[in-house]
Amino acid sequence: MATILFFGRLQDAVGTNALAATLPDDVRDTDAVRSWLGSDHPELCDPSVRIAVNAEMTAANRAVGDGDEIAFLPPMSGG
Amino acid sequence: MIRIEAEPFDPAAELAAFTARVPGAGAVVSFVGLVRGEDGASLELDHYPALTAKAVAAIGEEARARFGLAGLVIVHRCGALAPGEPIVFVAAAAAHRRAAFHAVDYMMDRLKTEAPFWKREHGPDGPRWIEARVSDVEDRARWG
Repeated sequence: MATILFFGRLQDAVGTNALAATLPDDVRDTDAVRSWLGSDHPELCDPSVRIAVNAEMTAANRAVGDGDEIAFLPPMSGG
Repeated sequence: MIRIEAEPFDPAAELAAFTARVPGAGAVVSFVGLVRGEDGASLELDHYPALTAKAVAAIGEEARARFGLAGLVIVHRCGALAPGEPIVFVAAAAAHRRAAFHAVDYMMDRLKTEAPFWKREHGPDGPRWIEARVSDVEDRARWG
């Protein structure tokens, strides 16, 4: 199982802030996770949405698997 | 020093404590951001604790190196905030004023666009997510 987190407006788009999901066999990197979930929730495919794996920002596609925490982050608004 | 606080904090007390910790500095500059109270809307600040703490600390460390600071503090709220409450406190200490002014401006521009917080306003028309404005992104771009 992987944990998938959604922040900000993506919580409303997806309808939850966290999912425990079994990744399909062909979903083994962050690009594939985005396409897989994006088929139901196209907001996740917006280029402004960034992905963190295990609380580390990703700058490029990276491998993911069982036990990973994958977070979808819309544009941030601190301060 | 970096803190993410779930409860209200006192910026005056933060400034006094910070100033006492940097006795050799010639300049301390601080900034307090408040929840605007125009229409009585309250604010909810979502964050990702493991990532947010690291990202805010990195902004502080980059400011320290870039401006040669003697010290810095960032206190950022999370959770539910009422109008008029402090949301962020940033202070920088340096040998001379210019570096301290620039460092605070720099840290705020980066917090606005790169700190993992997401704001939701609860106003008369219901909840609404707020994202960084174009002007925030332009402000951030000034620093390269």
